[in-house]
Amino acid sequence: RWTVVGRMADAALFEFLHMEMVAELWSHHSDPGPGGQKMSLSVLEGMGFRVGQALGERLPQETLAFREELDVLKFLCKDLWVAVFQKQMDSLRTNHQGTYVLQDNSFPLLIRMASGPQYLEEAPKFLAFTCGLLRGTLSTLGIKSLVTASVASLPTCE
Amino acid sequence: NKDLFVLTYGALVAQLCKDYEKDEDVNKYLDKMGYSIGTRLVEDFLARSCVRRCHSYSEITDIIAQVAFKMYLGITPSVTCNNPSRTEFSLILDKNPLAEFVEELPAGRSSLCYCNLLCGIIRGALEMVHLAADVTFLQDRLKGDRVTEIGITFLKKLDEKKYRRKK
Repeated sequence: RWTVVGRMADAALFEFLHMEMVAELWSHHSDPGPGGQKMSLSVLEGMGFRVGQALGERLPQETLAFREELDVLKFLCKDLWVAVFQKQMDSLRTNHQGTYVLQDNSFPLLIRMASGPQYLEEAPKFLAFTCGLLRGTLSTLGIKSLVTASVASLPTCE
Repeated sequence: NKDLFVLTYGALVAQLCKDYEKDEDVNKYLDKMGYSIGTRLVEDFLARSCVRRCHSYSEITDIIAQVAFKMYLGITPSVTCNNPSRTEFSLILDKNPLAEFVEELPAGRSSLCYCNLLCGIIRGALEMVHLAADVTFLQDRLKGDRVTEIGITFLKKLDEKKYRRKK
């Protein structure tokens, strides 16, 4: 069943679109070989990147004057995540050497997936767009990055 | 954040344009994806709104325009009825939120129905409540028309006894 009651209507509309994009683009771009999967993920990631850039360009000017990288990451965890997913990121960790781990314990795009281990394989498809989105927004803020996601148990991801 | 949906939609159309050379193929896929979304969106819609049982196609079209469009896209298209038997209607949008960031169709894409997802969504949603309809764009501002007009043609005569709106 696909209900998203309890979230705002336009958030629901985005989530339905995202679900459909994952399903549709997956069937276009994947072929049986291992290369196929990577292609589909990179197509989704690329789309997320474009959207992230566009969102970044719409940020108010004050937000662009970040003093430190950590401020940017905090901005992503709070303001961007709330704007996109109506909630804040649950935790942010860093090694202070350029690597950051953002954790969301109930990521909205994974919430509707059942939580058995057999579904873990499917999770990357649902994260690719969002990774691209983060990379795109960071790029608008002048930061080149590599964004990857992992899921140890649904619906938590980092 | 409506921007997110609109921007993501734009990225989707751009990707489909890369994948398919012919405008008709892109249009077809947008409609197909919309249909699939519509079949699920209708449950979401019914859960959020308190629509009472409808007794005519014209009531249903009014609900699509005044409740559903308002809820999901923040606009209220006006409704016109196009035939005396009241089975053909138009939704007139003078502002199209999906195309907010689109000034004109991409080069070489003059037959692209940029917002075809909407037609699919309406068709899919109606089918889930047992109403067959053809839904197409009759006018499109992106193609130079004055307004954007979506035509809904209900195909079967509404049989009151058999019609049940899903709860």
